[in-house]
Amino acid sequence: MRQHDWFRVHKPLSRSAKTFLGILSFVLPVVVWSIVSYVPQVWHPQVNITDPGSVDYLQVDMRMDRAGFDQAVREAQAAHQAVPQGHPANPIYLPAPDEVARAFYTSFTMPPQTADGEWLSQSLWHSIQIIFWGFMISSIIGVPLGVLCGTYAAIARISEPFIEFFRYLPAPAFGALAVAILGIYDGPKITIIVIGTLFQQVLIISNTTRNLDIALVEASLTLGARNSQLLWHVVLPGILPDLYRDQRILLGWAWTYLIVAELIGTTSGITWFITQQARYQHFANVYAAIMMIGIIGLGFDMILAAIGRRVFPYDPAGLKAA
Amino acid sequence: MSNLLPSHLEQSDAVRARFDRIKAREVILQVEHLSKSFVTPKGTTLALDDINFVTHRREFLCIVGPSGCGKSTLVRILAGLEDKSGGAVLLDGKPVDGPGRDRGMVFQGYTLFPWATVKKNVMFGLQINGSDRVTAEREALQWLQLIGLEKFADAYPHQLSGGMKQRVAIVRALANQPRILLMDEPFGALDAQTRCRMQAHLLEIWKKIDITIVFITHDLDEAIFLADRILVLSPHPGRVQELIEVPVSRPRSASQFLSPEFVATKARLETLIHQATAVHLPEDNDDYPIVMRLTDVADNVE
Repeated sequence: MRQHDWFRVHKPLSRSAKTFLGILSFVLPVVVWSIVSYVPQVWHPQVNITDPGSVDYLQVDMRMDRAGFDQAVREAQAAHQAVPQGHPANPIYLPAPDEVARAFYTSFTMPPQTADGEWLSQSLWHSIQIIFWGFMISSIIGVPLGVLCGTYAAIARISEPFIEFFRYLPAPAFGALAVAILGIYDGPKITIIVIGTLFQQVLIISNTTRNLDIALVEASLTLGARNSQLLWHVVLPGILPDLYRDQRILLGWAWTYLIVAELIGTTSGITWFITQQARYQHFANVYAAIMMIGIIGLGFDMILAAIGRRVFPYDPAGLKAA
Repeated sequence: MSNLLPSHLEQSDAVRARFDRIKAREVILQVEHLSKSFVTPKGTTLALDDINFVTHRREFLCIVGPSGCGKSTLVRILAGLEDKSGGAVLLDGKPVDGPGRDRGMVFQGYTLFPWATVKKNVMFGLQINGSDRVTAEREALQWLQLIGLEKFADAYPHQLSGGMKQRVAIVRALANQPRILLMDEPFGALDAQTRCRMQAHLLEIWKKIDITIVFITHDLDEAIFLADRILVLSPHPGRVQELIEVPVSRPRSASQFLSPEFVATKARLETLIHQATAVHLPEDNDDYPIVMRLTDVADNVE
């Protein structure tokens, strides 16, 4: 692997270099995290007490600031009493990688802590359903509207200025309204995802549609195609690979609205799990749950990308990415 | 030197007889007092002014002219892709309005549908116009056979070379059985070698089927090699400068590039286009400056 090739402008990487660097992009943050977690000289601003000694306000497994601990040690020494013991520790909100790794498993096996609680798998499934319905409803409106806006200037003109305005309104601002109208369960959550996705979706897809090579439309006109034929036989197949790519990006967009949506009304899904675990200070579980959102999101996207390459074998952008 | 050449107006008996035969055929396309103006922020620009010409059935007409003469605009108006500002375009005596399957078009940029296989591209026009799948498929395969690309029926356009793409684009247009085939610099994006082969191939196709061709090009050799008649446009605004009957006999071959008729026609075309450019584009007609020497005096390349 010749390293100097990596820094040539616009020079594509070899397959092995791509794989290597792709893995490295995940390994590097974990390495940084491990150094902060496992090297006592790095950060570790607190001390985890292993033996309180003679100091009555200390307990085993209690964390305190290093300055306070040193003070307690000096006071115990001065009084010639048993000295407290402890080892350097990070704050409880930064668990080590191995704790989080373990939490990936244990958070699934951990029974619900309240009677009406859910298992983690149930919470995740609930979240996926919220995303699915939110994105589905948004797409049912947004995709046709976007395509029509990109195809017919009149439809664009009568809808896009308002949509441009509406997309600046933060979706969570509609939370209270959504609860008032749709109750406290899934309705308002799905609504927030729809509001957060739909307006971007229309604009992105109309733009994609407008980017269709006009020469293809002209060619089909000279072959005798007319209005609705143009839409179904030229515009739609012409934009489909790009439309599919847009939908993948927008699905990622929908995921970013998940937490805020699930906080609206009764907290539910993965957000409920995260807030519960944070309340019990099980931060390893919190990190694990956050990462799971990322893994599910990225996993979906990778599956969709693979499907896309299969469905659109002629797509030059897809070929380049493969 | 040009006075040593025969005039481009001199025609051999065979050529004259051929032109008589062409002119005896019915008129396919008739362009009368066609004009086109664009409205720009600076005012109205006249792009085409009082264009008149006719083409007869199975004639090969080339349109040449310097850049800015509106030859692309003209062919796009003929295709119905742009509105005319005045005058009339008649196909078989009937005025045309908007694009239609009776006027096939081949563009410089191939414009094959990237999502469809070669066969489906050729089937497109047939199916859009109501053929059922089986008939369309059978006809498409016959057309592909005609140009020797039946092996590539199931390939996608991105898998073809430029020349192959353009051959598919030609039969895609022909499959609709248009009255006239409009070609807007179709070989402009091809390399010189492929271009020559495509020219010969196009003549071969033209000879074998009942089609009238209007072909836009800026390559004078190409125009003379292909055309029965050449319509020369002058720029700013586009006007018909001359309609030349090409005196080069058919069948055409590459050896004719050096024939006196060919050279004379080219000389005439060059004069016309040079005139047009000199009158209308003085800013680009200034002599380019002598470049100052930046090398050692002894270090010469010539």
